[in-house]
Amino acid sequence: MSGIIGKKIGMTSVYDDSGRNIPVTVIEAGPCVVTQIKTKQSDGYEAIQVAFDEKKDKHTTKALKGHFAKAGVSPKKIVREFTRFEVGHQKKVGETLDASIFIEGEYIDVVGTSKGKGFQGVVRRHGFSGVGDQTHGQHNRLRAPGSIGASSWPSRVFKGMRMAGRMGNSRVKMINLQVIKIDKENNLILVKGSIPGANGSYVIVERWS
Amino acid sequence: MSNKSLLTLVENLTEIKEMPVFKAGDTVTVTYKIREGTKERLQKYSGVVLQRKGRGSTETFTVRKISNNIGVERIFPIASPFIDEVVVNKRGVVRRARIFYLRELRGKKARIKEKRV
Repeated sequence: MSGIIGKKIGMTSVYDDSGRNIPVTVIEAGPCVVTQIKTKQSDGYEAIQVAFDEKKDKHTTKALKGHFAKAGVSPKKIVREFTRFEVGHQKKVGETLDASIFIEGEYIDVVGTSKGKGFQGVVRRHGFSGVGDQTHGQHNRLRAPGSIGASSWPSRVFKGMRMAGRMGNSRVKMINLQVIKIDKENNLILVKGSIPGANGSYVIVERWS
Repeated sequence: MSNKSLLTLVENLTEIKEMPVFKAGDTVTVTYKIREGTKERLQKYSGVVLQRKGRGSTETFTVRKISNNIGVERIFPIASPFIDEVVVNKRGVVRRARIFYLRELRGKKARIKEKRV
């Protein structure tokens, strides 16, 4: 696996060679820097730690300042770990990763935090159909969930029963998105289709192969 | 760079063919390429422009015509490589940017006053 931290820029569309219009999401992928290499001996597991996006010195805690200074890089906003990074990779602390680790046409996964929708009912949150009837004694039950359990048995509501509640704002992974174009100069990658989260939010772009 | 400027950077890569200036109410003829198997030929489509929507490389325009007594609307992306040529036949006088009221009008009522130049 190899991956990078990116930022969702927004959506637009481009034309391919045959003239078809393709919807794409623009992701600013890097440049990220490797801030730490975790090994089995020292940390108990293998991972590489990557940081992205400049942060002002005054907004950085002393602990993090020390951490970045050790790696010899300026303070960054986002720090993430990648486990199972390419077998036999030769990444060193301070090394930069950018959009050039991806290839045009290949398929990648994007992990992000979906937009929060607030407290939503069962129709929106779980796709219940509600009560469709206007007659047969129905009133004010149009978007109701219906029965949530039976009577004397089991005398309780089963765990995991789908009900109304907070929707969105959760980790979502979109798999098998095609890379349409890579702009190495500006570190942009164009991915076919949509990705989770608002414009400007951080995402993880990764490739499993 | 800001998000917006990075997005326009990507959109500027799309080539937009030079086109005459036209707006809602104008009558235009769009010549576009049709691919049948391996052959390519040109077809003309003319009608009244209902609206122009969006901006930059993702802008589109809608053209409405009456074909065999049935209203037909076609949406063309302005940057589409299939568009060969756009010719403005008539400049119309309309008071709004999107003339959807034209859909409800038929025959003589659906006429648009021509702009005298």
